[in-house]
Amino acid sequence: MEGILFYIISAVAVLCAVMVVANPFSKNPITSALFLVVTIISLAGLFVLLNAFFIAIVQILIYAGAVVVLFLFVLMLIDLNEEQKRRIKFATIISGLIGAGAMIYVIISALCKSGFSSANKNAIEGSPSALGNAFFSRGEFLLPFEIVSVLLLVAICGSIYIAAKDKNKL
Amino acid sequence: MKIGIEHYLILSAILFCIGLFGVIARRNLLIILMGVELMLNAGNLALVAFSRFNGNLDGQLMVFFTITVAAAEVAVGLALIVSIYRWFKATGSDDLTLMKL
Repeated sequence: MEGILFYIISAVAVLCAVMVVANPFSKNPITSALFLVVTIISLAGLFVLLNAFFIAIVQILIYAGAVVVLFLFVLMLIDLNEEQKRRIKFATIISGLIGAGAMIYVIISALCKSGFSSANKNAIEGSPSALGNAFFSRGEFLLPFEIVSVLLLVAICGSIYIAAKDKNKL
Repeated sequence: MKIGIEHYLILSAILFCIGLFGVIARRNLLIILMGVELMLNAGNLALVAFSRFNGNLDGQLMVFFTITVAAAEVAVGLALIVSIYRWFKATGSDDLTLMKL
């Protein structure tokens, strides 16, 4: 059962990821954004298969709920008409295929060299309480957690400043 | 059929390379950002798989930091794209030729 689910979900994820970057039917970036939603939701399904329930929920909330909405918001702001007329050059496709093919050859040959140990130790559940305990009771990740909140604050201020129209009024 | 860690790692490698292809081959800045998102998601999948098959929650804790950094990256990147569009009236990476002689 788990094997069948894994193959179905991963086929959906790979197909929709291909449609995000190289859609043969339309060059509209909005369709790419919508296929990105499907990819993200299928990855959340894989996280559920891996017993990481809280990560799956966070993935759907943040990526499908916030990131893709932000993408669509910017897509509505800018004019997409000239994007439809743009020709895709043959040389860029060749260079992309060579780069991605070399990368996948490196990764998979490294994986084959390393030798998998599918020992499958005791399966732990990534429930919210387990993750909260791991974050806050052990204390190893407390400082990174606080630093990440500062990073988010910096990103908010930076993006407001960069996207502002009249910087003198800020 | 038993699904081991190698299946998840190979799927993660495939997704990473699809995102890399998008970053190299496409010329639209928004699609390049979506490719970067795909690559970050592939990394998340590998981290969660390591966490599951080692019986250890540390991988899932790392995924939190990845997701946070990805959200910050998207916010700043989209602000840059809006700003670029205001200057050049274009969002192709070929159009950014301000420093060309």
